[in-house]
Amino acid sequence: MTPLAASGSVIPLAGGGPVIPTFGGSSCKNSATFCVGWFTSNWGSLLQPALVQHIYMTVIAVVIGLAISLAAGLYAYRRGWFESGFIAFATFVYTIPSLALFLLFVPLTGLSLTTIEIGLVGYTFLLLFRNIVTGLHATPPEATAAAEGMGMTPRQILLRISLPLAIPSIMAGVRVATVTVIALAAIAADVTSLGLGKPIFDAIQSGFTTELVAPSLLLIVLALIADTLLVLVQRAITPWVRAVRS
Amino acid sequence: MHTFAQIGDFFQTHPGMLLSETANQTELCVVALAVAFVIAFPIGVVVGHLHRWSFLAINGGNVLRSLPTLAIIALGIALYGGGYINILVALVVLVVPLILTNSYVAVDGVDPGMVEAARGMGLTWWQIIVRVEIPNAVPLVMAGVRTASVYVIAGAYVGAFAGYDGTLGDIITNQGSYKLAGVLAATAVSIVLAVIGELIFAGVQRLLVPKGLKISAGRRGRGAAEAAVVPETAAG
Repeated sequence: MTPLAASGSVIPLAGGGPVIPTFGGSSCKNSATFCVGWFTSNWGSLLQPALVQHIYMTVIAVVIGLAISLAAGLYAYRRGWFESGFIAFATFVYTIPSLALFLLFVPLTGLSLTTIEIGLVGYTFLLLFRNIVTGLHATPPEATAAAEGMGMTPRQILLRISLPLAIPSIMAGVRVATVTVIALAAIAADVTSLGLGKPIFDAIQSGFTTELVAPSLLLIVLALIADTLLVLVQRAITPWVRAVRS
Repeated sequence: MHTFAQIGDFFQTHPGMLLSETANQTELCVVALAVAFVIAFPIGVVVGHLHRWSFLAINGGNVLRSLPTLAIIALGIALYGGGYINILVALVVLVVPLILTNSYVAVDGVDPGMVEAARGMGLTWWQIIVRVEIPNAVPLVMAGVRTASVYVIAGAYVGAFAGYDGTLGDIITNQGSYKLAGVLAATAVSIVLAVIGELIFAGVQRLLVPKGLKISAGRRGRGAAEAAVVPETAAG
């Protein structure tokens, strides 16, 4: 948390006041759609730290969300009441406007990274848990039968057969959860000054076009790269999927 | 407990505002859902029917899904300004992938034997789509629409960031003026709205699903329709 704690000073726009003239020199006009000079001169001080914060926030939320969802998913196996209960809870979270969920925990945990992470993790449950449970239930009966024949206990079958076979479904959930968290973490910048959402909100206030465009493009590129990386990870850890097809 | 009393007070002091914003937000959401459906459903059906160009539905859906709403709003302000069109575009982009993927997966997954039988009976390709494939796709398509309605209603408040006044976002994004109590009151209204939307579409789904399909669904077991909201086929 320490690298993020100083974020207030990383983003010098927080104080308000005249924003446009102080950045990128006088060559940047407000009307220009994209001013390269502003981008390069603010990369090190503004955009790169915001990008790093954004990645940091996303990774934490997805990892914690996945850990909780996996534990809950394994527990929910053969416990139908827990499965439907957890899905109902996760679905309910989705009906909450994201900003409100972030604000809800401010009285408890303050304007901190923890507050944001609680909200972000909450939004991963539906996507991850549902895909984990679906994947676990989709084990081919012949695989289960073969495992039983080899003398495996139900617990071993769950952990050594069903869980690995569920990886494609789980990874599909991780991909959607990741891009969702990236999107929601941007909104969260309205509560704490972290991530790529912060310069965007500043630019919405000031109307400085380059600052609207640059972090938005970074956000989109980040989401697309994250999604692509997860596809590659999935292919690497599930070689049998392609082996079966070819 | 103090806050709860304040939330109650907010309902009593701002009933007109909450009501008009709820109505306005509902209208925005209905339009966004309708536009998204008109764009996504036909593409999903055609791609699913042809069993070709599936990369269009899958990868197109994945790319759209990756676009963060705030980025679309900000780029929109830069390119075509803030306001109604801005938030409408953002909400449509938010839910097109859901409806597109589900429509494609649903039609693509219709029993080939059933389609063959229909062809053998002399049905044209158009009749096959309208009388065989779409009726069979209803449960999955509607599952997508239901989820999309929740996304749109819960997400409509970002209209306040997009320069569009009149959604509950005016209160939710303005804690300075309305205090946490006001934010939570507007949030409660938004949640109720999302739940009502979901229930309405669940009812519509029940009306639209052909009788024969309900019988066979009972045998197939639960959950199958909801699960495919997330595309397991995405990696292909």
